[in-house]
Parts: sequence; C-alpha cells; structure tokens
Amino acid sequence: MQVAPSDTTALSAYSPEVRQHLFQYVLQLADTSLILGHRLSEWCGHGPILEQDLAMANIALDLLGETRSFYQYAAELEGKGRTEDDLAFLRVATEYRNPLLVEQPNGDFAATVVRQFLFDTFHFHFLQQLQTSSDERLAAIAEKSWKEAAYHLKWSSEWIIRLGDGTDESRQRLNKALANLWRYSGELTTPTATEQALQTLGIIPEYTRFQEAMTAHVAKVFAEATVPVPQETYMQRGGKEGRHSEHLGYILTELQYMQRTYPGMTW
Amino acid sequence: MNQAEWPLWEVFIRSKQGLDHKHVGSLHAADATMAIQNARDVYTRRMEGVSIWVVESVHVHASNPDDSAAFFDPANDKVYRHPTFYEVPDSIKHM
Repeated sequence: MQVAPSDTTALSAYSPEVRQHLFQYVLQLADTSLILGHRLSEWCGHGPILEQDLAMANIALDLLGETRSFYQYAAELEGKGRTEDDLAFLRVATEYRNPLLVEQPNGDFAATVVRQFLFDTFHFHFLQQLQTSSDERLAAIAEKSWKEAAYHLKWSSEWIIRLGDGTDESRQRLNKALANLWRYSGELTTPTATEQALQTLGIIPEYTRFQEAMTAHVAKVFAEATVPVPQETYMQRGGKEGRHSEHLGYILTELQYMQRTYPGMTW
Repeated sequence: MNQAEWPLWEVFIRSKQGLDHKHVGSLHAADATMAIQNARDVYTRRMEGVSIWVVESVHVHASNPDDSAAFFDPANDKVYRHPTFYEVPDSIKHM
C-alpha cells in the first residue's frame, strides 16, 4: 500500500532551496531503507532457522515498502521526470545518502541483530516524531512505517537479550558484533547541513528530542541481556554525505545489475 | 554449538473477532515469547489473524487412531442426537 501523492500546490509552497534540501533528505531516507532491506534480503534462504529466515525477509519487505514511498516522493520533489526506479537503480555510489551502518556486511547472525537493533532504535523513535512533521507526505509515510518499525525493534531487542543472556558462544559473538558496529551508531543522530536546515524549519524533528528515549531503551535492553553498554565514543560518519565504505559498491553492483544490463526492463 | 532442536509448538489463529482460534500449523521456538513472534512472522503475513495462541506440542494429548472404531463409529446411526426433529417457526432466521 502506497501513500498517495501530494497535490502539487503543497510542493510549490517550498522555496527552490528548501525543496532541494528536502529532495536530498528524502533520498537519504529512501537509500537507508533500501540498503538495509537489501542486506537483510541476503539472508533469504540462509537464515539460522526457517522461522527467523522468514522474520528477516518480512523486515526486509517492510523496509522496501517504506523505500518506495520515499523514492516516489523524492521523484516528485525533484520534478525532473525521474521515477522511483531511476533513483533506486541508476545512481552511482557517491550519490547514495545512507548512513554507513546499514551497508555493513551481514556477518554472523549476531552482527545482523546488532546492526538491526542500532538502526531500529533510531528508526522507531525517529518515525514516532516524524508523524508530527509539517510536511504532510512525510507525516503520512511515518505513520504507516512506524507500526512496522515498532515490530522490528521488538524483534531485534528480543534477540539482543537472547544472545547476551544465552550461551557463552552467543554472548561472545554479540560482544564481537558490538565492538565492530557500535562506532556506526552515532552517525544516525548527527545531523548533516541538510538535516539541520530542515530541522530549523520544523520539517523534521531535532534528534536531541528523542536521544534520551533512545539511550534509555538501549540501557534497558542491555541490562536484560546482562551485557554492558559499549563506552566507545569515537564515531564513524560520512555515508549521509556520500562518503561510503567499500561495501556499498558491491551492494550496488548486485542491486543495479538488471537495470544496468537491460535498461528500462520491467517485470 | 548446542545442536539440540528447539521444542515444537502448535499455533492457533483467530481470523477475526468473534470467531474461534483455529489450528493452523506448528513451528519451532525456544520459549513461548519466541513462539508467538515466530507465529506472527510465519502465519500472519497475509492478514490471517487478529490473535495468536501457541501451545507446546508435548502438552497436546491426542486420541489414538487405533481407537477410532470404538470412539467414533457408534455415533454413526444415532440421528436422534441431531436437533433436526423440531419445527422451526418461519419467523426464526439464521438457524
């Protein structure tokens, strides 16, 4: 189910500069869900158990649905006749605006769970606030996706607890994943110039508004998992401004193969 | 790594308010919480339900197929047990 297009008067209410910021930002949201959804889809058929294979495929599909809503809106904001498919499949890596966290490899199940938990914690609290955006389209997409994000967060929180408070091996794998991935969590709530501009206009929420709730959720889950919250404060960043790790190129090679090889191809 | 299988659970789904929970299948899970979440992911992907019950399969006790003749055949010729010998007034609908 897709969110209905905005009427064009709503879009023309924005100045060209704001509209450009909003276009870049909506692309960032779309790219983020697309890349994480793609990563999760790589588990399809390889899950540790059938039930979890399906759980991850379900989350991937939720994210892909959200992705489409955002790309469709981005295409309208840009207004140059590009479609959602053009935006998803025909851009180069440096034009992608997803944070570094979501392009990190699946690794073992613990790494996937940690990556998902760090993202879900942000995603859930962010969408909760985005529902009150002055931009009606963003608010509508947020309302729909927030319910899905609530389930994702439940799933990944549950698994952090099970792995942390599980066997010696699961705990060791969880700690290793945290050591590798924690440093990518800070980028999610560190605003870029584009995000700052939109925050000032009240179009998207200030991340400080829900930072406390995020920290509290992480603390609660880690306490139950009997694992200490990592204290590392050095954070990697750059993805939201187009500076990516080597992993993104490989993802795009696979993701874009069909459109690059058979341009304009449809199912 | 612990290779022991997670226990089996039977899943019951209520398709809408007012209807009974119906058995839809089974799955593996470590405990009840995980069983309900797995059931959500495996059996309600296409809006099949509004409520889920799970029961660990070991707690389901079944009749023995060998007993089926003694159990069920005697009911075969007892039509008088069906409430079909009453005159239903015309004004009563939905019987």
